[in-house]
Amino acid sequence: MMQAILDSPLLGLGLSAATFALGRWIQKKTGWTIANPLLISAVLSIALLLVLEIPYEAYAQGGEFINLMLSPVTAILALGIYNQRAVLKRYFVPVLVGCLVGSASSVLSVLGLCRLFGLDQTITAALIPKSCTTAIALGIAEAKGGIVAITAACVIFTGLVGALGAPLFAKVFRITDPVAQGLAVGACSHALGTSKAREMGELQGAMSSIAIGVCGLLTVLLSLVLPL
Amino acid sequence: MSVLAQLAVIFLVCLISEGICALLPIAFPAAVMAMVLLLLLLFGRAFKPEQLRESSDFLLDHMAFFFVPGCVSLIKYWDVMAANLLPILVIILVTTPLVFFLTGHAVQLTLRLMTRKEETKQ
Repeated sequence: MMQAILDSPLLGLGLSAATFALGRWIQKKTGWTIANPLLISAVLSIALLLVLEIPYEAYAQGGEFINLMLSPVTAILALGIYNQRAVLKRYFVPVLVGCLVGSASSVLSVLGLCRLFGLDQTITAALIPKSCTTAIALGIAEAKGGIVAITAACVIFTGLVGALGAPLFAKVFRITDPVAQGLAVGACSHALGTSKAREMGELQGAMSSIAIGVCGLLTVLLSLVLPL
Repeated sequence: MSVLAQLAVIFLVCLISEGICALLPIAFPAAVMAMVLLLLLLFGRAFKPEQLRESSDFLLDHMAFFFVPGCVSLIKYWDVMAANLLPILVIILVTTPLVFFLTGHAVQLTLRLMTRKEETKQ
């Protein structure tokens, strides 16, 4: 019986869905940014696999099904940009400047520090897209030969740093304009930061969600021309 | 469109993107190509966002769920991650505020220059 359960992709599917549902419930109850559903789900899934001595390969059979949806989920981001087209048109130049500076500074500073620390190719390529939204970041990392798992972990951590730090950063760095705040949050901490940007104000939220898509696209283009 | 028809459209867009990316001489992520393609279709009025409402609402609302297996695969690479943990943490903690600072000030400067230009015009 045990073997039948381990052989079924439903194990990975069920475990992922159950832990994620629990994570969402915990976030709703506590309202804490740090109680991120993805973080809770990943930590719980890993813990359960280790404690119950379930081989990773058994989980991965179901995981493959979920991974198959990464491309559709990324494609849907187009709706996020399209739905904000009125705001995008109005602030076209600031959005373009902000996202260009954001993507370029992120990619270049990460690349510089990776070289400084002497990190190898698989880790450098995994870290380069860390400020992008996960869907796009995984695509870039994979195309560049990075370890996708490290990208996924770093994207969440970056998102948490950005979301938790955004109000403080805005104050210390004297970013007072709502358009600038929203774009800065979106450029450095993607979708996780956007939830915080929405708390800061409506315009901040709109700007932040535009920055997710635009920065993602620009980072893809930048990563193509970079010597990696 | 029914939910199944919506999903069919989305899957088809992704499938075509994979074909396009296979033809490109560079390693362009197919998922991002799918986003570009869908954006072009929307701007080209091929269909309205409302026609994809049910499936897009679900996917956007549960987006993070689809990243769970990616994170769990960290089990396999835990030794690599652990060996480089300190530099990785330093890089994230340094670059995230840096990007915030540079982006924020670049936008504020742009907005200031734009209002000044408007004023001189008037």
